[in-house]
Amino acid sequence: MDRGGIGQHRKMLRAVPGSSGGSGGRVTEFKQTPLNALHRDFGARMVEFAGYEMPVQFSGVMDEHLHVRSEAGLFDVSHMGQVRLAGAAWEEVALALETLVPQDVLGLQDGRQRYAFFTNEQGGIEDDLMISRHGDELVVVVNAACKEADLARLQTLAVSISLESDQALLALQGPASVNVLGPDFDDMRFMDVRNAEIAGCSVWLSRSGYTGEDGFEISVAAEDAQTLARHLLDHPQVKPIGLGARDSLRLEAGLCLYGTDMDAGLNPVEANLAWAIQKVRRRGGDREGGFPGASIVLAALKDGVHRKRAGLRPEGRAPMRREVPLFADEKGGAQIGFVTSGGFGPSVGAPVAMGIVADSLNDVGTRLWGEVRGRRLPVEIVQLPFVPARFKR
Amino acid sequence: MKYTEEHEWLRAEGDEVVVGITAHAAEQLGDVVFVELPESGANVTKDDEIVVIESVKAASDILAPIDGEITAVNEAIVETPNMVNDDPEGDAWFFRMTVADASQMEDFMDEAAYKAFIG
Repeated sequence: MDRGGIGQHRKMLRAVPGSSGGSGGRVTEFKQTPLNALHRDFGARMVEFAGYEMPVQFSGVMDEHLHVRSEAGLFDVSHMGQVRLAGAAWEEVALALETLVPQDVLGLQDGRQRYAFFTNEQGGIEDDLMISRHGDELVVVVNAACKEADLARLQTLAVSISLESDQALLALQGPASVNVLGPDFDDMRFMDVRNAEIAGCSVWLSRSGYTGEDGFEISVAAEDAQTLARHLLDHPQVKPIGLGARDSLRLEAGLCLYGTDMDAGLNPVEANLAWAIQKVRRRGGDREGGFPGASIVLAALKDGVHRKRAGLRPEGRAPMRREVPLFADEKGGAQIGFVTSGGFGPSVGAPVAMGIVADSLNDVGTRLWGEVRGRRLPVEIVQLPFVPARFKR
Repeated sequence: MKYTEEHEWLRAEGDEVVVGITAHAAEQLGDVVFVELPESGANVTKDDEIVVIESVKAASDILAPIDGEITAVNEAIVETPNMVNDDPEGDAWFFRMTVADASQMEDFMDEAAYKAFIG
């Protein structure tokens, strides 16, 4: 391939909106979150994402990104699906979900949250999700683009399933987050979940997020979402943040984006997510297997895989974006991997990327070559994350 | 100053033109983090992809607005890409080129027409 896979992702500058060019103005044919009007009030540039009209940026991706790392930012993630699972008892609900995910659900304590993923019969990942225990019930938060498929998957279970479409979801992220919410929340640890009242709004929140920073994700009734968001944005340390900075923040934090860094054709070990499969579901565990594709995933855990997700640091200044092919040598040879997501890391101050790399070459410090616009440029395999996680453990 | 539908500006200087991107384009692209320029001395044809500009968000191409030879490139924006956001129509010019066919200059917009174009 003479131009590298990135060709299809490049745009001519003529794609910049002009009156005879792109849409330039408002997009109205998409679903909206309860905070749509607020985004416009704050000067957002809106784009379509997973069928929703979402803010891609406010003051600018670089500025927003750095603000989250230094103070706090508010994200609207109401496009994500919140689904509640209920049954006669906790065991029933937990064991039902365990038939779809390779995680230890039963062992989740009340008021705790855990990262999980749905697998398919080939051991691939169908979506990733956060699961939290609320008494005897579970709430799962799934990606917007997978919402319908995930709902259908969950509806095969013999428990009660309800899509909480009247709930909004906000994420407050950054080192000042707890200062913004107040001392009442200081005792929450990473992945703790509780009910609370903030600015007169009833919410449930978790100490978690998708930026590598300390922070909270807050579920609130759609009708209260504006009140809560405006209350948080009134704080001088909080700025509204768009999807652009959300992507650069999660990339620097080494966090996967579903559909990009992992998908139905990649198993959890290849996606470097083996850490998220607890012992009790592995070979020899009390509840070994019992999820779609278990034999493949368990074999991969035991025997290893031929390719795996890795952190990549281009040595030059040129970003290596999604689909850039990777090679062992500067000239010739077969392709040995590809970039799954990449761009400029504002906190790193240089390009950063993640990709799938053949296991034989997948060691930290190995130098590979990424083909960008027909030229092979050096890139080094590095430890993830690019920016140390600052969770409240 | 003349403007293209690809959001470039062209400023005549003697027999040559200096080319850059408009403030509108720079604003739309967002924070520029990488610029790759053509070689000085390269002969280019209108619509050749001769510049790559990457913002935090995406990569974009800039096309040669006319036929001609690249006579100079602005290395300063390679060293400091965010100059493109700070001063797109001044210090952050991209390249200078000869005009092989003056009739190609006639298609471009003046400032008023470009302002109307971007709405």
